[in-house]
Amino acid sequence: MISDSPKIGLFIPCYVDQFYPQVGVASLELLEKLGCKVSYPMGQTCCGQPLANSGYERDTAGATRHFIELFKDFDYVVAPSGSCVLHVKEHVPAIPGLENEQAKLHHKVFELTEFITDVLKVEKIEGKFPHRVGFHSSCHGQRGLRLSSSSELNQNPFNKAKKLLENLEGLEWVELSRTDECCGFGGTFSVTEEALSVRMGKDRLEDHAQHQTEILTGGDMSCIMHLQGIATRNKQPLKFLHIAEILNQAIS
Amino acid sequence: MSHPENASEFLKDQAQAKWHDETLWFVRDKRDRISKTIPEWEDLRNLASQIKDNVLANLGPYLEQFEENAKKNGVQIHWAKDGEEHNRIVLDILKRHDCQAIVKSKSILTEECHLNPFLEKNGIDVVDTDLGERIVQLLHQPPSHIVLPAIHLKKGEISELFHEKLHTEKGNEDPAYLTQAARLHLREKFLGAKVALTGVNFGIAETGEFVVCTNEGNADMGVHLADVHVACMGIEKILPRRKDLGIFLRLLARSATGQPVTNYNSHFRSPAPGRELHIILVDNGRTAQLAREKFKNSLKCIRCGACMNTCPIYRRSGGFSYGSTVPGPIGSILSPGLDMKKHSTLPFASTLCGSCSDVCPVKINIHEQLYEWRQEITKAHGELGKGLSMWIAAGIFKSPLAYKISGSLMRKALKTLPDSLIYHPMNAWGKSRDLPEAPKESFQQWYQKNRS
Repeated sequence: MISDSPKIGLFIPCYVDQFYPQVGVASLELLEKLGCKVSYPMGQTCCGQPLANSGYERDTAGATRHFIELFKDFDYVVAPSGSCVLHVKEHVPAIPGLENEQAKLHHKVFELTEFITDVLKVEKIEGKFPHRVGFHSSCHGQRGLRLSSSSELNQNPFNKAKKLLENLEGLEWVELSRTDECCGFGGTFSVTEEALSVRMGKDRLEDHAQHQTEILTGGDMSCIMHLQGIATRNKQPLKFLHIAEILNQAIS
Repeated sequence: MSHPENASEFLKDQAQAKWHDETLWFVRDKRDRISKTIPEWEDLRNLASQIKDNVLANLGPYLEQFEENAKKNGVQIHWAKDGEEHNRIVLDILKRHDCQAIVKSKSILTEECHLNPFLEKNGIDVVDTDLGERIVQLLHQPPSHIVLPAIHLKKGEISELFHEKLHTEKGNEDPAYLTQAARLHLREKFLGAKVALTGVNFGIAETGEFVVCTNEGNADMGVHLADVHVACMGIEKILPRRKDLGIFLRLLARSATGQPVTNYNSHFRSPAPGRELHIILVDNGRTAQLAREKFKNSLKCIRCGACMNTCPIYRRSGGFSYGSTVPGPIGSILSPGLDMKKHSTLPFASTLCGSCSDVCPVKINIHEQLYEWRQEITKAHGELGKGLSMWIAAGIFKSPLAYKISGSLMRKALKTLPDSLIYHPMNAWGKSRDLPEAPKESFQQWYQKNRS
């Protein structure tokens, strides 16, 4: 647990704000249950990731400046999204006049699960969640922020989300055939390469179905939105929850 | 055609696409398993990456050293600034020896230079002797993969082709039978060729030697029977020392096919008495790529193909969907350097998942370069014509999801783009996917109500 109650700013990605407010609420409540003092600075906008990944990073200066202004005075910034965290850390243009703030902020932004395991140093979460849970490793969190080991590398296996989930009473962890293949969302890719994107999503869902996943979870609602969109269209009886929702429900 | 169009076409045959994905995943999985039997695997990758960084930083001096040593060994060295010059040099050598037919082992460089059509136009009979390459050559196709050129074909298709071209039994799909037929067919060609052409996997600066890796021994078969050996080598293929091979040969076969070592790693130094050995050192855009700070380390590539096998896009769209000699992730960062307009959609044929970078034996940051190429391509859209950047921008905004978000949130970020794009009527998201249900209130509204 952190001493002296550092100020934690909650960074809620735009699509979470608009479509999945419950994930924002769960993230906030979970952090509070873990003893954190959290506030949500008003006026948050899109971090600019869709533009940058589409080749228009240079046009995200406004969004980036706004982000720095909003969050520069916090000790930590936490978001329930690996993808948006990776963006604000790695893919933002340098903002003239705010170089110092930007450099400091770089080290203060965390994805939710890594904040819990690495900053709060929570070893395990006590609670109950009697369900068969399949985890979708989002690529930007996994290979970008290294939230879990990657199957390509010769390294000791680890997974920060699994560490938090595996001690929950009754939770069955699903082992997939392809542990960390991309779901095909990819931001703009999901519409510019629509056919491929949907094929990739269907393949991920099939892997989960073959291993009897009851609830599919992950650290990024963007991937889950894509997978859920396909599953709903095809009437697949799979439930979807963000990991913050599971942990917030389960924690005792 | 753009990559998305080609990919959609490929995916129409769902069974074939699934088979293609699973076949290449099998190779990737084999690579994973064997790489994990080497405790020092990640150290090997680091070493290989650093050696290649050193090579690229000192390419000029290493090439001069290589040339000097090779000449001492009795090798004739040629320099080609582009594919055209390379092809002319090959033709001149053939003419000097009055040679009408050559055998060729696998060389992606000669594909890049379009050597075969050039020689054929000049009356030379060219025979690719790698089995997979011979198959695609008989079909008048380019390779669809740099290590597994005929991976897009099933054995039934090969059986049919061989029945037609090599008169094998109709319907006999037994791989051993078909391979034997190819072997007999190729043996004739080997015996008849005065000149043999090979690629080069590694050129050793300190000795002037070079190494060619094949699984079929076809490079050796060709070279040992011919009077003249022509080796075509990209200038980035240099290694400083012979002992560096210990690192690269261990990485290459394991990364490429999951084998512990390539079946034949053939070392060449000097021509046999009375014979000739030529090396053509080819630039063809490599020095231009070397000058591009963000993209130069793409030249570290050792052409193992691991990034293709691991790429979820490549596996589901096939090598031909890229329309470039080197397909897949590495091709998508090399090809825009050769022709940005032609290959402008390739850096977008990725979710930036990063698997290519993690699988790469020389640690090329492939997915980060894909991201950087996107930035370059949109900047160049004036020269490229408006089409591409409009297509990308439309991609962002033709989704009703972005449309809904844009109403209140994205304006700040999106103010540079015209409304006609933002309110594009097409709906690519919803073709096969539902949208999430819109909640009663946003998180921001909930927070205001409950916490402030």
